[in-house]
Amino acid sequence: METKTFRSRAATKIVWPVLALALLILVNVLLDARSFNSFTDAFREGAFLHISFKNGYPSGALIDILNHGSKVMILALGMSLVIATGGVDLSVGAVMAISGATAAVLTVRGLPPTVVIPIALLISMVCGLWNGILVGMLKIQPIVATLILMVAGRGVAQMITGAQIITFHSPVMEFIGNGRLAWLPLPFPFILVLIMLFITWVSTRKTAIGLLVESVGSNPTASRFAGVRATSVIMMAYIFSGFCAGIAGLIAASNIKAADPTHAGLLLEMDAIFAVVVGGTALTGGRFFLGGAIIGGILIQTLTTTMYAQDVSADVAPLPKAIVVLIVCLIQSETFRNKLSKTWRRKQS
Amino acid sequence: MKLRLPIRYVPVGATAFIMILLFWIGAVSFEYFVSPGVVIGLFSEYAFLGIAAIGATFVILSGGIDLSVGSVVSFTSIFIAALIHKHGFHPLAAALLAISVGTIFGLSLGFFIQVFDMPPFMVTLAGMFFMRALGFVVHEQSMSIKHDFYTWISRDAVLVLPSGDGIPLRAFLMVGCILIAIVIAHLTRFGRNVYAVGGDEQSAKMMGLPVTSTKILIYGAAGFCSSLAGFVFTLYKQSGDPASAVGMELDAIAAVVIGGTQLTGGVGFMAGTLMGVIILGLIRTLIDFHGNLNSAWTSITTGLLLLTFIGLQRGIAHLGERAVKSNAAEAD
Repeated sequence: METKTFRSRAATKIVWPVLALALLILVNVLLDARSFNSFTDAFREGAFLHISFKNGYPSGALIDILNHGSKVMILALGMSLVIATGGVDLSVGAVMAISGATAAVLTVRGLPPTVVIPIALLISMVCGLWNGILVGMLKIQPIVATLILMVAGRGVAQMITGAQIITFHSPVMEFIGNGRLAWLPLPFPFILVLIMLFITWVSTRKTAIGLLVESVGSNPTASRFAGVRATSVIMMAYIFSGFCAGIAGLIAASNIKAADPTHAGLLLEMDAIFAVVVGGTALTGGRFFLGGAIIGGILIQTLTTTMYAQDVSADVAPLPKAIVVLIVCLIQSETFRNKLSKTWRRKQS
Repeated sequence: MKLRLPIRYVPVGATAFIMILLFWIGAVSFEYFVSPGVVIGLFSEYAFLGIAAIGATFVILSGGIDLSVGSVVSFTSIFIAALIHKHGFHPLAAALLAISVGTIFGLSLGFFIQVFDMPPFMVTLAGMFFMRALGFVVHEQSMSIKHDFYTWISRDAVLVLPSGDGIPLRAFLMVGCILIAIVIAHLTRFGRNVYAVGGDEQSAKMMGLPVTSTKILIYGAAGFCSSLAGFVFTLYKQSGDPASAVGMELDAIAAVVIGGTQLTGGVGFMAGTLMGVIILGLIRTLIDFHGNLNSAWTSITTGLLLLTFIGLQRGIAHLGERAVKSNAAEAD
């Protein structure tokens, strides 16, 4: 009975982001429709829904969304667990910069990718561990604890690269962000998303970890009395978030074949939090929906792509994003819903 | 009871100690560090940060957080520039209008946070996106301000010291704002309400304090301070720039925390914030004087100082809890 209500709640929560995504795609089609003569024009070249095959690989706006949105989606997976523990990780953008910087510097030194990638990810996990120690052991509020790394992390990344943009040439490193597999013609970053989603889903939902994370987030004291080691659960969540940020950092560096310590992952922490929140995970913690986070990531990337397609400059694009974020938060706010239903009932009677 | 009073002052004492220590390091290491020019520079170059940090202090004292500081500063700067040059406003009228827009923006953030019970960091994060983009809607590029009145009020020497160093208006503005803020925080009913709300919102509500209006007013005050800081920023740069002051909210929060205000709310001093701003300024000045350190050190030292002070706060909170416990045990 209890599990059933949880399931159905999860199902209703995923309905909203999916609907919003469908609506956004529809808006794009309608914006295209100004120049349509017939229905099939929605799929012709240059249209939003058009998918062409270049050298046997699909390409088009929809594929681009999956490709460019992969960083946010991967960040959102780690962020989901962190938010579920009742925290938040503002440092993911800075950790991305550190991971990319490490990878670039080591690649330029001539180390093989089999060494570079594990080291970059290890360093990202150390960053996560740092956050985890501050939040889990020293009990510092998550916003502030991760703010420290958000401020200092970019400095660390700049130190690693010597405050320069470092370009690298390595087929394997360039493949991470731009490659296509022969037997699975989706962009490789999106395949990484699917792999990460699978790993995260199996390790949280097929073991007790997910339950432990949610119990720590919904009632830390009660879960401590129940014998849950809250500290290690929280630390694990932040280490995982660091790991995800490390992968996203590798993708970001690979995309431009360079490490840019000042701009890599800038403001991406906001997009990741947004993706998680839109996906139905409340900021108060205690629950998480991995599928929702992925849909949320696709949604925010679609929003960005839509605005770029309508010639909204990258600088102005956050304006509609902010309004959407506010509306989503309003809908999630219980107080707002109660007030709304009260006025609704008053009108009825 | 004996233990509690001095413990309140420990963080501020540590702040003062670090401030003096940094100044001493500068004095020992660099020949020309101890000069009126450096001190005036601290007050005038970081005036806009100081004014913004006042607003952040109120917000943090109430137990909230404001992430929209930097974008309100940049919006105000470009809005003032655009009003003067595109619409022919007098600089003072432009500043007044821009500051009222900032205040209304802050009030509406407070409204969302308080009335709909939304998390402050999420609302102010959305506000940060919004204002940053709105600045670009006003004008996409930086715009220099050329107006006789502006040149006159932003000149470097409103008051000239005997040593020949001039003190600009913005330094006086910051000191004036800090003094007013100290009076508001410690001597008015509003100030006491801020501390009460930050200490324990539930108790404040039960005591019959106007929690809702206080919290909305706090964010309004933060919006006012941030937009006033934006005006001071234009005095400093003689231009408005929608891409400026990125990440300034972190500096403001750092200044408040380094100044000894507790992030959990309810404990802190406005004067500490001034010292926090001076410490951040001193770090930057020291790095400038050194010449061989790159700017990455600024963010790393700021982060480490932030960590030190948060650690100190945790330690004191822990001591305080122990003292309360032992007091309770004695009473039993």
